[in-house]
Amino acid sequence: MSDTKKVLTDPLVNNNPITLQVLGICSALAVTSQMSTSLIMAVALTAVTACSSAAISSIRNHIPSSIRIIVQMTIIASLVIVVDQVLKAFAYDISKQLSVFVGLIITNCIVMGRAEAYAMKNPPMASFWDGIGNGLGYSLILIIVAFFRELFGSGTLLGIEIFPLIKNGGWYEPNGMMLLPPSAFFIIGFIIWVFRQWKPDQNEAADFKILDISHGEGGHH
Amino acid sequence: MSNEKKTCKYAEKLNEKLDKCEHYQKFAKYRDHILSLGNDSLEKTIAIALSLCFVCAILVSVAAVALRPLQIENKAMDMKKNILDVAGLLQDGTDIHEAFASKIEAKLVDMATGDYIDGDVLAYDQRKAAKDPEQNISLTTAQDIAGIKRRAKIAKVYLVKEGESLKSIILPVHGYGLWSTMYGFLALDADGQTVQSINFYDQGETPGLGAEVVNPNWRALWKGKKVYDESGNVSLALIKGLVDNSKPGSEFQVDGLAGATLTSVGVTNLVKYWMSQEGFAAYLEKVRIKG
Repeated sequence: MSDTKKVLTDPLVNNNPITLQVLGICSALAVTSQMSTSLIMAVALTAVTACSSAAISSIRNHIPSSIRIIVQMTIIASLVIVVDQVLKAFAYDISKQLSVFVGLIITNCIVMGRAEAYAMKNPPMASFWDGIGNGLGYSLILIIVAFFRELFGSGTLLGIEIFPLIKNGGWYEPNGMMLLPPSAFFIIGFIIWVFRQWKPDQNEAADFKILDISHGEGGHH
Repeated sequence: MSNEKKTCKYAEKLNEKLDKCEHYQKFAKYRDHILSLGNDSLEKTIAIALSLCFVCAILVSVAAVALRPLQIENKAMDMKKNILDVAGLLQDGTDIHEAFASKIEAKLVDMATGDYIDGDVLAYDQRKAAKDPEQNISLTTAQDIAGIKRRAKIAKVYLVKEGESLKSIILPVHGYGLWSTMYGFLALDADGQTVQSINFYDQGETPGLGAEVVNPNWRALWKGKKVYDESGNVSLALIKGLVDNSKPGSEFQVDGLAGATLTSVGVTNLVKYWMSQEGFAAYLEKVRIKG
């Protein structure tokens, strides 16, 4: 049981797919201008990661290594189509806003990353929980980013007015940049900084050392 | 308990039957043979690939077919909601199907002549027709100010009537903004000249800037604006900044969207196109004469 708990909670902070593994950045930029779309995206991605990891893990001993990636892709793509169809049937308005991004879960590195790194080597239940855990880690970052972008970009949270806007007779002048995808870069960067201040062991060792110029060889003197 | 037993019995029976079935035995034998092969053998690779495709195909098609009725229903509902909204008939708690059926009448219009034509109104999909070479016309660069390239020959318009008198004419319009083609409806008074409302139900403009075309406060500015000037030219346009309502000509102006110049230009152009002779001018002329 403690193993399950570890698999579930580890990806939240210690091994977060976005901040530590730096996967799934593209959709984290695209769907985070509003809380509601981020929440649905988070649920959809968590469901797909968990189910695909479990499915891939259950046939892992029979997957020919030469077509391994394609097999994983086929399973992931099928599940994504199912999720897309379900959203279109039961959450039509949200699915209209998410448009292509649900389909793009297929290419989300987190799903494939977990399939390849975990599900190919572990039993189905553990893989399922690993998928849920990583999905939640992704969701956590998505929701934090969306919280700041929606609050400062439109003065609302989940569509409910928090800061009354000047154009509606209030006092808040929205920050237009928050509505554009690049702002998510700044927020994600900031989150990574906070995480690494909090847990210094997340800092990566430098790939190479910058030499002091006086000890350097060659160059112009 | 008894249910469980029944299920068990049923499963047993099924197994017995399967065991007797020659084809199943062949299948089981082949399955065991495949599973016993090394993972990298050619035969296993092909068999795994094919069976995976088979299983995934079933999964996807079951989901698509089973959910289709709900999806079609959602789409139709959404469209009706948008039309009621632009007609000003949508309040909280309105029964959408009821309101649509009782108050709104859909009609087909031949864009070339402006006459109503007969046809299956319910089945006609103008957006699909615009993509079908049989049912569309290509626009030359000079004609294509709205950036839509092709236009359906037949348009689907919606009329709101109160008793015998026409209350509003709802016209489907679309045009290119900054990132996307914006699809919407423009509602006019029976005079074919005064704007009642506009709404965009499908657009992909920048959230917070161009996507403010869906903002109810901005849409409210359109009410009462005029489309044609005295000589019949389309004059309605978005301007930079705020409209000074005391100035002459302000009835042809709507506030542009702040920070979204190209979307604003797109909206101006799509109004210009769809209200011109290329668009609904001929039809509106006929509506005016008939009253």
